Amino acid sequence: MSSLADYIHYVGCFALVLIGLYVVLVKSNLIKVIIGISLIDTGVNLFLVSTGYLRAGTAPIFSEAAEQPGTMVDPVPQALVLTAIVIGVSVLALALSLAIRLYGEYGTLDLRKIKELKW
Amino acid sequence: MRKLISLMVLLAVAAGIGLALHRTPFGAERAKTGAGSPGETVNFGRYYVHEGVEETGATNIVSSVVLGYRGFDTLGEVTVLFIAATGLAAVLRVKATSRDPRDAEPASLVVFTGCRFLFPLLLLFGTYVFVHGHLAPGGGFQGGAVIASAFLLVYLGCRGRTLNETGLRVAESLSGLVFVAVGLVGLAVGGAFLLNFLPTGSPYALFSAGIIPIVYVAIGLKVGSELGAIIDRLAEGAR
Repeated sequence: MSSLADYIHYVGCFALVLIGLYVVLVKSNLIKVIIGISLIDTGVNLFLVSTGYLRAGTAPIFSEAAEQPGTMVDPVPQALVLTAIVIGVSVLALALSLAIRLYGEYGTLDLRKIKELKW
Repeated sequence: MRKLISLMVLLAVAAGIGLALHRTPFGAERAKTGAGSPGETVNFGRYYVHEGVEETGATNIVSSVVLGYRGFDTLGEVTVLFIAATGLAAVLRVKATSRDPRDAEPASLVVFTGCRFLFPLLLLFGTYVFVHGHLAPGGGFQGGAVIASAFLLVYLGCRGRTLNETGLRVAESLSGLVFVAVGLVGLAVGGAFLLNFLPTGSPYALFSAGIIPIVYVAIGLKVGSELGAIIDRLAEGAR
């Protein structure tokens, strides 16, 4: 029960979040920072979906062939993540638009150089 | 130096997550087998899976959760998407330079023809996905994303063509209005916002599940036109 294999999906989700956090902390290119934020987003979504996972479960969709509500995975996290993905895309687009404006203003995407310049 | 400090921060965060979560019982797997008497708490996921088809008429339980049980949440999510798109438009407000769209370098004949061939098929597929959202995998958000990918294809393949911005704005506003109006009709008829006031019909039929297909079509059009407008503004701003 408590072997690592039972929790490997949670470990993977948090590894993805930590990789994203590392990218945000270390990289100085704005586009790479935005990629890191999107990695964190993906990790959190994956975590939410995997909390509803049942071993050998099926998708929570009834088809006339097989109706077995007992083996279906939890639909609530899937419903939350479904909307969270679209929100994530739009937030990503907003961040990219800010990056476009910064590039137009300063001519560079290097965050350290942008910090040095005064406005 | 910076990398070292970041790695130490990450180690601290990882240790914190591990310590905080490794004794916490969560997840459907543990809820099924775990300790605690199952009769005392209501497991919403199990309840929706067992009663969802009966109560909402939608065979896709995720759809019945998104629009049946938690429709008001979905209205909030759509609002967040709208605010993000509006903020993007405000950030990337370009001066009205009447740029000649034909000054872009034209794509090759193969790309142009493939784009013209695929564009209506993508629109059809997106419509299929959101019309069957209550029966099959899919729904308004996914179908809207497929439609937005068709618009993206236009920007990649048929350079020089731009979308009709007024049309996008009208489609987006009208579909948002339909969502709220359906909810208000439910309020007027049965006293609850977004009440499923239409007959649920028989499962597996296209015209079933009451208001869920109507609202999903509205969401599909709204998400599609909103993401299309986002792509349009990003392409304008990047020039």
